[in-house]
Amino acid sequence: MASTPLVKKMIQPSDKATSGFSKAPIVRPSIPSGKRMRTADELAQATEKISVRDMSFYYSENRALTDISLSIPECCVTAFIGPSGCGKSTFLRCFNRMNDMIEGTRVEGEILLEGQEIYSSRTDIVTLRKRIGMVFQKSTPFPKSIFDNVSFGPKIAGIRKKKDLYEIVERSLQRSALWDEVKDRLNESALNLSGGQQQRLCIARALANDPDILLMDEPASALDPASTARIEDLIFELKEQYTIVIVTHNMQQAARVSDQAAFFYQGVLVESGATEALFTNPQKQQTEDYITGRFG
Amino acid sequence: MTEEGSGKEQSVEMELGEAAVIKLPRSTSLARADGLLVRLRPFYEGVIHFALFICASISVLVTVGIVIILLYESVQFFFDVSIIEFLTGTRWTPLLKPQHFGILPLMCGTMLVAAGSAIVAVPIGLGTAIYLSEYASPRFRDIVKPFLEILAGIPSVVYGYLAIVTVSPIIRYLFPSAGVFNAASACIVVGIMILPMIISLSEDILQSVPLSLRGAAFALGANKFEVTVRVVVPAALSGIIASFLLAISRAIGETMAVTLAAGATPKLTLNPLESIQTMTAYIVQVSQGDTPTGTVEYRTIFAVGLMLFITTMVMNVIAQYILSRVGEQYE
Repeated sequence: MASTPLVKKMIQPSDKATSGFSKAPIVRPSIPSGKRMRTADELAQATEKISVRDMSFYYSENRALTDISLSIPECCVTAFIGPSGCGKSTFLRCFNRMNDMIEGTRVEGEILLEGQEIYSSRTDIVTLRKRIGMVFQKSTPFPKSIFDNVSFGPKIAGIRKKKDLYEIVERSLQRSALWDEVKDRLNESALNLSGGQQQRLCIARALANDPDILLMDEPASALDPASTARIEDLIFELKEQYTIVIVTHNMQQAARVSDQAAFFYQGVLVESGATEALFTNPQKQQTEDYITGRFG
Repeated sequence: MTEEGSGKEQSVEMELGEAAVIKLPRSTSLARADGLLVRLRPFYEGVIHFALFICASISVLVTVGIVIILLYESVQFFFDVSIIEFLTGTRWTPLLKPQHFGILPLMCGTMLVAAGSAIVAVPIGLGTAIYLSEYASPRFRDIVKPFLEILAGIPSVVYGYLAIVTVSPIIRYLFPSAGVFNAASACIVVGIMILPMIISLSEDILQSVPLSLRGAAFALGANKFEVTVRVVVPAALSGIIASFLLAISRAIGETMAVTLAAGATPKLTLNPLESIQTMTAYIVQVSQGDTPTGTVEYRTIFAVGLMLFITTMVMNVIAQYILSRVGEQYE
């Protein structure tokens, strides 16, 4: 009998938040000391790697993304944040045309990689995907040896010499901070690695193609905190050489690893900018509500 | 306590939408109602339990019974014929004088048909499975699947006379030295018979390779063929091999088509154009003939049957073992 008033009290709209969202403690993701994060000025000066202009994306008749314009700077980490189903993963998969695998998808507007149209009919998808590597939410090691996993890309690119392949495998595994753990067992099955190791293996496998850009679709959401921290450290190191775009559910993670952040809601790019500015002083109420945890 | 019955009946209201209200009867008393059916409940529960147990036991008992009969009659046979001669002899003439009981010609015939049908069925079956799983549109797959089921449902005796009236003349046209009955025509029709099995098992295994693996390979710049050949097929390989073994074991046990098509000449040869005899075809020959029961000639069929049983069982066990390990791969 005592439960009724309590329930009523809980669902009363809070006076401050947007109506309909339950009241929750306001926690602003903390920005790390910032010594390794690029400032807004640096972002503005960085070369534009990918440029998106008025892009819309359709699954058959349903528009999943609406009029998105965004500039992705070179050698920076750009994070896409937003609630589930907001289109951030779909947007990420536009860059390497992974959505082509789904029938009935359509893109309007432009996505330019260093000034070249990604969705041009003259674009070679294989070349595009070699320049834009991708790491998925669920680690996807092939049921092969560690060596064969990492050398997969170079092998299909036509590199046959064992010595060259070994060099690429070693360099890629070192860059993904996995070399020391696996150097004595390169011929073991990749399925024997732990979850975090498998994900770093997938990063190494993407790096072995020598891409400029690395797309990461929630790369740490299935990992424990220690493995997550390793992946985040890795992202920090990799951004010196690679342009990284990461989709994440975890706002703390976006605050920790990204230089630029873009907030999506219902297929619309609500706000984007330097991570520090976006998290400390968002311009839009929706962004404020999301990053303080009032919804999403 | 005086108000047993109606006083303790309540109803639960379930609201469906706005209008409909359905009332379920519910008693608040936990005490068992009195009545003949209720009192007999433990009895008929027991009867049902026992009847179902009998159903389940029949297959076990029949299997055990068959193995015992095979073993018993084979042991009797081996009192008369040495097991060494049986396994190593190169002549099989139990129905003619002088009698020879070397099973190698029959074994050779069976293996020739098994290998020949595998050569026919494995490439076509694997190619079809890969096409259906990786390349074909869902609509085409829906069209092909019923045809495969029909192919699997054609009686083997039909395959047998098709071998004689259709396949064999073609072979004799191409290779004039071939006889009317020849191993090659048996290989081809048995290969077609086991094709649906290879296709459906292999296709299931290919389909079970996670989509995420294909996506990862595409994201590394692989094209469709490279994804299929370098990722999907290797990931499914053990299951595909198991499907081959199951199909070949079926080819070994196949009887009607080989009896009609391959002839009845036990011969230690690898030449597919000659007439041969398989173990199964020999059993048919003796079972139908006028060989008196209880004689050595009659008991040969049990010894041959035992050999056949052992061969197919070993293959099935290996295939099942491989298949059981496929599932563990993606845990």
